[in-house]
Amino acid sequence: MASARADAGRVGRDGPTPKIAVLDLWKRFGGRDVLRGINLQVAPGESFVIVGQSGAGKSVLLKHLIGLVAPDRGHIIIDGEDLTNSDAARCLEIRRKFGMSFQEGALFDSMDVFGNIAFPLTRHTRMGPDEVAARVRECLELVHLDGIEHKATVELSGGMRRRVGFARAIAHSPEILLFDEPNTGLDPITSAVIDSVIVQMRERLDVTMVTITHDMKSAFRIADRIAMLRNGQIVADARPEEFRSSADPYIQKFLAGEPFEEEDVA
Amino acid sequence: MSAEAARVSPVVALFEAVGRHSLAVFEEVGRFFYILHTTLYWTFRRPFDGREWIRQMVRVGVDSIPVVGLTAMFTGMVMALQTYRGFARFHAEGFVASVVSLSLTRELAPVLASLMIAGRIGSSLAAELGTMRVTEQIDALYAMATEPIQYLVVPRVGATTLMLPPLVALANGLGIFGGYAVSVFLMGANPIMYWDKTFQYLDLNDVFSGLIKAAVFGLILSVTGCAKGFFTTGGAEGVGRSTTSAVVMGSVVILVSDFFLTKVLF
Repeated sequence: MASARADAGRVGRDGPTPKIAVLDLWKRFGGRDVLRGINLQVAPGESFVIVGQSGAGKSVLLKHLIGLVAPDRGHIIIDGEDLTNSDAARCLEIRRKFGMSFQEGALFDSMDVFGNIAFPLTRHTRMGPDEVAARVRECLELVHLDGIEHKATVELSGGMRRRVGFARAIAHSPEILLFDEPNTGLDPITSAVIDSVIVQMRERLDVTMVTITHDMKSAFRIADRIAMLRNGQIVADARPEEFRSSADPYIQKFLAGEPFEEEDVA
Repeated sequence: MSAEAARVSPVVALFEAVGRHSLAVFEEVGRFFYILHTTLYWTFRRPFDGREWIRQMVRVGVDSIPVVGLTAMFTGMVMALQTYRGFARFHAEGFVASVVSLSLTRELAPVLASLMIAGRIGSSLAAELGTMRVTEQIDALYAMATEPIQYLVVPRVGATTLMLPPLVALANGLGIFGGYAVSVFLMGANPIMYWDKTFQYLDLNDVFSGLIKAAVFGLILSVTGCAKGFFTTGGAEGVGRSTTSAVVMGSVVILVSDFFLTKVLF
């Protein structure tokens, strides 16, 4: 997708300054190393997708990026600023650069759709009620859910909840969007709709995106670059076409959706 | 596990069990003081959410009037009934009013009202915050650069601490009225004398120390409920566990701290 933006996927010594950099990240939960020395960089404007099996550490990695989980070791650098060494107040400031969409939406059930999307605006901006209402309408239009402002969140289907979650995530015009398993538990058609909404958001907004998923169809639709997380380590990091043609037996099994045994490597 | 490994000496098993329980107790105490400390820290920082404070004060104060009022009135009625029959054995019926008013203002109204609020509000705080935790709504608040302690816990703890004293003042009045009604209308006591005796030995300090107790109990039960909810893990079952535990722990801590407060205040 978006070949004009594809160059954004190359970061490093000669590329642009990374929007997000993860350096030697380690995290241990319950006596098990969930993340084992993760290193990665995401360029400004890039759509970066992390794939991997359930339990590979994808959600933990995503939560590190926004400071919801503190690493045992390593650094998260956002726009050149070390999130891991920042105090609580500075962390809140840095988080304003982010919009995050959660797996099941994580919508506030004490509020209707309008209240949910307006929340970051009323909390962090000086917008008047009319401006807020206009911005909420605009965000809902972007995710193709016009006119549902006053629905209760419990009335929404799974796909609608995700899209309202997207609308809430983009309401305050963040620079970085994080998507936590946006397709999990959805039927293939709704899943495709979700992907197309993500692609359109990418085209209309000037944002950097990080998505975690185990749905490869979805990953190929939305990614500029795909990384594979396995047992807490990045085992592959490539453009979609390179990823698809990888000779790695684990990746091939993952793409084919077949069980993988260690003997398959031999 | 091998048979040898499974054969742990009973002494080691005992030490392990003691260690495990001690750690659990320290963890609970640590969580309580963490919530208390962060709540105090965020109470005096912007933004102040006045509307949420009022909503919580109505929920804790106004909505609890029936249950606290009924509890206090019937407690006053039973006390009058019991003491009247007992005191009649040595012709001291005249002191019924003093006993009812002193025991209600100094002890029964603050403790019983707080226990009722622990059941009504402590449990609902734990259930509400626990559900928000397991459905990632608390993570969503962090992600939207909003400190959940400031947004959720501060108004709830503040409202409970502020509303307990007026509720106890009301309970004092209704309890004394209940004792009066039973003594005068059921036992045939002289209404003028009863009224005189109610205030003859009652000091302003008795009333104020009861109200101070009420505020401390309000702080304890709300912090306990919020801590239980905030650190909930384990889905719906975990929410159920937190809710039960909030009521049990809140009630026990109220009764234990009642002894120490009484020792300090009287």
